[in-house]
Amino acid sequence: MHWVDYQRPESLDAALQAFAANAGNAKALAGGTDLLVQMRAGRCASGVLVDIKNIPELNEMSYSPEQGLTLGAAVPCYRIYGDKTVSAAYPALIDAVSIIGGTQIQGRASVGGNLCNAAPSADVVPVLIALGVVCKVTSAGGTREIAAEDFCVAPGKNALAAGELLVSLHFPPPALQSGARYIRFIPRNEMDIAVAGAGVSVTLADGRFSAARVALASVAPTPLFAREAGEALVGRPVHAASIAKAAAAAKAAAKPIDDMRGTAAYRRNLCAVLTRRALEDAVARAGGKL
Amino acid sequence: MKKTQVQTIVNGRPVEFLCEPRQSLLEVLRDNLSLTGTKEGCNDGNCGACTVEMDGRIVPSCLVLGVEAEGAQIVTIEGIALGSGLHEVQKAFLEGAALQCGVCTPGFIVATKALLEQNPNPTEHEIRFWLANNLCRCTGYDKIVRSVQAAACRLQEEAPA
Amino acid sequence: MSTTLDPVQTQAAANGAAGNGVHPAPAYEPNMVLATRAYDVVGTRPVRHDGADKVTGRALYGADKQMAGLLQGFVLRSPHAHAKIVSIDTSKAEALDGVFAVVTADDLPPAKDKIVDVGEGDTRLAYVHGNVLAKGKTLYKGHAVAAVAATNVHVAEQAAKLIDVKYATLGSSMTAPEAMSSGAALLHDDLKTMEYGQPTDKASNVAQHFQWKIGDSDEGFAKADVVVERTFDTATVHQGYIEPHNATALWNNDGRVHIWTSTQGAFVVRDVTATILEIPVSQIKVTPMEIGGGFGGKIPVYLEPVAALLSKKTGRPVKLVMTRADVLEGTGPTPGSHVSVKIGAVNGGKITAMQGNLAYEAGAYPGSFVAPGGMCIFAAYACENVTVDCYDVVVNKPSSAAYRAPGATQAAFAAEQVIDEIAGKLGIDPIDFRLQNAAKEGSRRVDGPKFRRIGCVEVLEAMQRHPHYGAPLAGPNCGRGVAVGFWFNVGLESSCTLSVNSDGTVNLIEGSTDIGGTRTSIAMQAAEVLGIPAEDINPQVVDTDSVGYTSVTGGSRTTFATGWAAHDAAQKIVDEMKVRAAKLLEADAAGVTHEKGVYSAAGKSVSFREIAAQASRTGGPISASATVKPRGVGGSYAGNIVDVAVDPETGKVDILRFTAVQDVGKAVHPSYVEGQMQGGSAQGIGWALNEEYFMGADGGMQNNTLLDYRMPTALDLPMIDTCIVEVANPGHPYGVRGVGEANIVPPPAAIANAIQNAVGRRLQRLPMNPPAVWQAVANGN
Repeated sequence: MHWVDYQRPESLDAALQAFAANAGNAKALAGGTDLLVQMRAGRCASGVLVDIKNIPELNEMSYSPEQGLTLGAAVPCYRIYGDKTVSAAYPALIDAVSIIGGTQIQGRASVGGNLCNAAPSADVVPVLIALGVVCKVTSAGGTREIAAEDFCVAPGKNALAAGELLVSLHFPPPALQSGARYIRFIPRNEMDIAVAGAGVSVTLADGRFSAARVALASVAPTPLFAREAGEALVGRPVHAASIAKAAAAAKAAAKPIDDMRGTAAYRRNLCAVLTRRALEDAVARAGGKL
Repeated sequence: MKKTQVQTIVNGRPVEFLCEPRQSLLEVLRDNLSLTGTKEGCNDGNCGACTVEMDGRIVPSCLVLGVEAEGAQIVTIEGIALGSGLHEVQKAFLEGAALQCGVCTPGFIVATKALLEQNPNPTEHEIRFWLANNLCRCTGYDKIVRSVQAAACRLQEEAPA
Repeated sequence: MSTTLDPVQTQAAANGAAGNGVHPAPAYEPNMVLATRAYDVVGTRPVRHDGADKVTGRALYGADKQMAGLLQGFVLRSPHAHAKIVSIDTSKAEALDGVFAVVTADDLPPAKDKIVDVGEGDTRLAYVHGNVLAKGKTLYKGHAVAAVAATNVHVAEQAAKLIDVKYATLGSSMTAPEAMSSGAALLHDDLKTMEYGQPTDKASNVAQHFQWKIGDSDEGFAKADVVVERTFDTATVHQGYIEPHNATALWNNDGRVHIWTSTQGAFVVRDVTATILEIPVSQIKVTPMEIGGGFGGKIPVYLEPVAALLSKKTGRPVKLVMTRADVLEGTGPTPGSHVSVKIGAVNGGKITAMQGNLAYEAGAYPGSFVAPGGMCIFAAYACENVTVDCYDVVVNKPSSAAYRAPGATQAAFAAEQVIDEIAGKLGIDPIDFRLQNAAKEGSRRVDGPKFRRIGCVEVLEAMQRHPHYGAPLAGPNCGRGVAVGFWFNVGLESSCTLSVNSDGTVNLIEGSTDIGGTRTSIAMQAAEVLGIPAEDINPQVVDTDSVGYTSVTGGSRTTFATGWAAHDAAQKIVDEMKVRAAKLLEADAAGVTHEKGVYSAAGKSVSFREIAAQASRTGGPISASATVKPRGVGGSYAGNIVDVAVDPETGKVDILRFTAVQDVGKAVHPSYVEGQMQGGSAQGIGWALNEEYFMGADGGMQNNTLLDYRMPTALDLPMIDTCIVEVANPGHPYGVRGVGEANIVPPPAAIANAIQNAVGRRLQRLPMNPPAVWQAVANGN
């Protein structure tokens, strides 16, 4: 690996200064499970690594039923599934963070890193989209918010401008009678990249879907918000036929390619299967019955 | 191009070393500290041979930079045995023939010890799920899983009521 | 040796009471023990001698070698699948701070036209040479082109990137059918097809075509009531050992070269390196470090001559360690294959004719293991009319290396599926059908030899009576499949020295790399003869200066042959002990008897330990050596029963239950025998379901990481039940056949048969990964 310098700021301001001082040449280092691999493979030439794990705001994990969850960008997966309250409130988030890599990877990898890495296959991003998460981004110029579905813009490219840092993710409090789920398909049972994945959330009222969001992994250049699939459910009865419509809409929304992990046709098929299965589970989590 | 001074605790003892920021913790342990029990199998986090415990959590030491160890508590395979004896997990692996070539074994033992500390009585599925980040190409995992179960039994028998 | 049945040993005893969460704790089928007599040590399960070192991290593997002044290296590899090397400019690399030396093929002595033994066969020196550092042309992406030694691996890698290699790319072929097609670019201008053992003038990518034939298959097919013919393909796969290749070399100022490496054969490394570097073997000492898996893939020499050259140039020790991508792209995968099988049988079940046509990818250089594939393909069956054609085809992939029963798994994937289909068509139980046609003592294999005592029938019978075979299936889309496979095993050469210590223990010196507990299985055979506990033997694997010639750890030969050498050396110790006992007992040596470590004469006796303590007073140190080149190799049959569940919506196949049965002759250390059976099964499952070299349009391997080269994780496998069958090999003192290889042969075929049973689709291509199974289920093909 090429030479790098390493900095370890202990405040947000110091981190922003580090990025400003190394404009275009600095990368944020959280768990490093993607970044270090990319640097070794020569796919990232940054000369400075700014370790963001010692910045209080990026390590925050706080939840209240009224405010929802604020999750610092550097919080590693194991801390999330190790927290009983968070696990109970956001089981779909746990679905994703407990299958990113394996146990050891989860000791390092963060949700913020998974998002910033902007891989089409990122397991956590469909969940963030389905749950309506808002990303808080800051820079010397101020702070702005980006919706999860707008965060990834191209394979490996995110919406952060030069000098901007992802600070935290804000999960709205779970609505009454709501449920969410993430399912991915991989050839092995662990340690794999999603061939396709579906993150869904539903809210039920009076035997009908009152709200629903569906997002897909690995079937487009970025994690895909399949708005049509969620909309296909709203107002319809909680019934397998409604779910089948949403699954068909998800399949239609997918824009997959052929690669070593699967053909486009196979992935489209998976979109329908996974969306259906995820919705069935989400309904069950919402306390509904099909 | 200056090396960085790092102060850390390895296997319960304070350790100081100089390293290049690009060196992984794995490299530092092996090349700078001569702790070669931690193995490299893939250098990208997918095989688990380099597993160490860092601040109470198992991590792939190939995906940690040496400089990140500043102020951390690191436990490697060399720190698992108690004095001149063996840890119950090590004994169980030996008696259960849970190793063939042995190169994945340090990673499995470090990971297993961590599992049993947080889940003293895991199911077979929990064992397999926890250890899915550790590849073994020799055993087919059967004897590893059985040895983890055996170690769990013994540690529970030993534990004060 | 008598043929009485021993008391059966059950796997449950070894497994303890640990439950099995996948399916209820199985009532383990007792192993089928047909071996000859009860032993005191052989057949027990002592803790392995190197165990403590391996669970504490103290065992030193090749990459762990450290020494003063050590430089680290990096190998530059070809980015192209097939290219002419126009020029190499190393000046920028050499100028980089921290760089000590750069080497290319020009630093090697030119390859002489000769044949060399490379561990499990012979090949042209030019091929070994060319694979170590490419000369003139690169033949696959990952082919070594140059190497750098520097202060550390990062500097070496940076320097390697500064080496300016100009290439002119050439057309490439990735599969045997492609490479055999007219118009395919030729890998070797001087390669002319050997046809039926005779040289021809045909310039081609087909290095060899040969045929074996017994009887008349046309006639046999004419008699058949049912004939099935199908074609199968298997993808290139890798042995997948967790430890990357490594080598550390010191070219000393006296001209002696010392190499430390993780290898399956220290003497092969010594001999091949000496040949390549044109120095006498006596000038090279190879110290075999602990080895992190090999499976055949650590027989070839890759880094050792390069590290030696770098050391010669720098005057310092140099260590080279491959990256994982280097391992996958630059070292021995096992061949992809294209195999057609035609089998005919009459109503009632007798097979009348068998025909096989095998084309295997050798990779960049000839030598694909298609020959053993052809010898094994029908080795489980006694048939009078058999024809097998084999094609050894070079393609632009890494030069293939041995992988556990090399060549046999691809062949069995084809043959065992056709057998299954015919049994189905005839309405005969697949095990009954196999039993009806099973090879026995006296059956002739297609390549000529008649079988001596073999255990094919016993393996099939053990499968048939195993509770797994009759158990109900788990539910819809579940299926059960069976298959059997054969591997010859080999003998080759081994040496062993025993020295008795004054405390009654024995040092055992041997030269077989210990990949899976063979220090112990060898020591146990000496202990059995000496009548002392296995723990009283101290086995050590030593360097090539310190023990007699010993062939590779491969061919399932180590426990068989090196164990035999230990047995013979121990016999000599017993003879000497009798002489010493006679002195202590004041008796005539000819009258001393030995039983279980006690030496008796004229009503008095003295123990092994007492004699050892008195050695100095009775004539001095007691030591003995033995060497063997055994002829009594016994082939091994393995069989599987496997249950799968297929998810028809995704094509995912889950292994629900897996039973491995194998005739091992005699299980010296049953725990490690089970371990070999389970490990071979796991590799076979990976090969069947997910492993493959996924080649991109650029001719490079796209999935060159352990994330995307999907070997099974702990979560992908169930417990693997084993049933050890012991049909003693009459050619070995303890009846040992060897256990390392046959177990990988049946799994892909058994799984394919199980998938067929589950969803009614026959998969003719490996891997049977989810997209392929989904496609087959969805499209009905």
